Amino acid sequence: MNEKEVSVTGRRGEIVVKELIKFSKFMINELKPKGRLLTPFNVIAGSILIVAAILLAIRFTKGLGSITNLSQSYPWGLWIGFDVITGVAFAGGAYVLTFLVYILRMEKYHPIVRVTILNGFLAYVFYAGALLLDLGRPWNVINPVIGNSFGVSSVLFLVAWHFMLYMTAEFIEFSPAIAEWLGWRRIRKLLASLTLGAVIFGITLSTLHQSGLGALYLMTKGKLHPLWYTEFIPLLFFVSSIFAGLSMVILEGTISHKVFRNQISSEHRDSHNGIVFGLAKICAATMFVYFFLKLLVFLHDQSWQFLFTPWGYWYLLEVIGFVLLPCMLFIHGLKRESLLFVRIAAILTLVGIVLNRLNISIIAFKWYEPVRYYPTWMEIEVTLAVIVAEIIVFRWIVNRMPVLRELPGMGE
Amino acid sequence: MDRKEFLITANIALGAVLAGSKVRAAEVNEKRELMGVLVDTTRCMGCRSCEYACAEANGLPEPEEDESVFDNERTQSETQWSVVNRYETDLGEVFVKKQCMHCMQPACATACLTKAMYKSEEGPVIWREKKCMGCRFCMISCPFDIPKFEYHSAVPKLHKCQLCLDRIRNGEQPACVENCLGDEALVFGKRSELIEIARKRIYGELGNYVNHVYGEHEVGGTGMLYLASVPFDKLGFRNDLGSESYPALTRQFLYTVPVVITLLPPFLLAISHATKREQGKEKSEE
Repeated sequence: MNEKEVSVTGRRGEIVVKELIKFSKFMINELKPKGRLLTPFNVIAGSILIVAAILLAIRFTKGLGSITNLSQSYPWGLWIGFDVITGVAFAGGAYVLTFLVYILRMEKYHPIVRVTILNGFLAYVFYAGALLLDLGRPWNVINPVIGNSFGVSSVLFLVAWHFMLYMTAEFIEFSPAIAEWLGWRRIRKLLASLTLGAVIFGITLSTLHQSGLGALYLMTKGKLHPLWYTEFIPLLFFVSSIFAGLSMVILEGTISHKVFRNQISSEHRDSHNGIVFGLAKICAATMFVYFFLKLLVFLHDQSWQFLFTPWGYWYLLEVIGFVLLPCMLFIHGLKRESLLFVRIAAILTLVGIVLNRLNISIIAFKWYEPVRYYPTWMEIEVTLAVIVAEIIVFRWIVNRMPVLRELPGMGE
Repeated sequence: MDRKEFLITANIALGAVLAGSKVRAAEVNEKRELMGVLVDTTRCMGCRSCEYACAEANGLPEPEEDESVFDNERTQSETQWSVVNRYETDLGEVFVKKQCMHCMQPACATACLTKAMYKSEEGPVIWREKKCMGCRFCMISCPFDIPKFEYHSAVPKLHKCQLCLDRIRNGEQPACVENCLGDEALVFGKRSELIEIARKRIYGELGNYVNHVYGEHEVGGTGMLYLASVPFDKLGFRNDLGSESYPALTRQFLYTVPVVITLLPPFLLAISHATKREQGKEKSEE
């Protein structure tokens, strides 16, 4: 090696070191919280997280029974029924919006696609991640992944794999935003070129695991109340994930427009109403389809005799009060061009999804059992902590990366 | 090969692929002689010897000795895999031993994503500690609510009757059968032969039995078979489970998966390309 080469490598090394120092300074700066620390939200969120940490320490040393009401009759409770099964339905907005924007190329929805993908991705990480809290033997979670025991006949095997693959797909879909944040132009270009593939992969996976979550209950034939058990559960779960996800997008949009007001350009703010009404139309249409399917299933299963029992009234409340009514409200809101009606409809829809998923996983599950399951305050606390943790990470990202705002010179 | 010929060939090939697995599944079931146990509740005296034998053979705590255990219907638990209950019926007291039914096509083993719940070659459905991740989907799926979970352990195990698979492999009988004091109240053997014995008893002592071998057809057939003098719903058995196997309930969904995986992506890609061209006409960019 002659002197010239040494000096060139030396200089290159110097540049690399300088870049590294610059990068770590940037990261340290970005990692610091922006804004005041002791806000009411932060104090409440912090205490929820601390309590949850203590509860989880108890749970992992003394077993699931130490903080949950799970029993031999009710092996799955709030953490699966709400965190995973309801949470994933709420995260359905991401696949629907990527379908609108990247497959149908409806540019109208472009401004919200990135924030929806971020929300979907975080929902999967946190809510599907909450599954790990519920696993009795989480150290064996690797078994169905590394291939030493593939239970391929299991619906849960399919769902677990799809969760993992879909998280990867959503991460790829979101990755250009990370590259923009770090100022990596070339890498951003590369990542952006992967978007369409990731979107197609993601929509396919979503179709299957949204319905797959319903298919988990196909083998509960003798346990789930006949008004809820049907071989069409997978289809019903899939269709309802469309309007569940979009209603969540409407609600989240409403909240982020208030909280992150400074991030949103005036142009985007003006287009927002049009976007909300567009989504409301899709909600109304899919909800009508869903309602119709429910009706067909009801007639097909001939469960008339249950209709005029307390279970029947509960069923009607779910199907009429929280599917048909919000569907009508969406239509009414669209006719009147009233954002208020659309937002109320979205909230009622979300309540209806919670009801439906909890009915199938907990409430109408083993409806004949004399001793019922209800969650402990500790199970609710941990669920709250999962939600809070997601919000904190979401806020951290939105305040740093170009999610709601656009970076000049980085436009697509 | 012309187009018509090709389509016919393709159809036959596709049909064979789709139907193939079903045909093979049936063959396997007939070729394998699965072992099971016949429980004749008319011959059970309620001595609970089987409970003690089970506890001893499987290292579980000794069951309570007091007669009062019969006052309430007990279920299996994480400390007791096999339970004898007493039922008051029109024909007097009937004792029924219950444990895992060792289904021919078990819901738990189908539900398990790590193959921890496993239908052994010999017939017993067993739980394998090293594979289980504790998701409890087996408990959700089991039509008889058999698997029990240790909720108060940091290293929880699942508990269910293993039909003493180790003993069977050593040529012995399950502990409960070997220690049964009744006159052939428990019979261990090949399932097909047990059904013969059951039929012989029903027809040989007409009027002594209801004409139903519980487990012959329930949920696609179970390894445990029951005889009784009174209808089975009087003895805490469910009579609404049907004769379709539980794995069959998810089969349709699982068959749809490869179809969606192969058909949806090209379809989406095609739409995406179609819309791209349209847009290209309107705007010059992209």
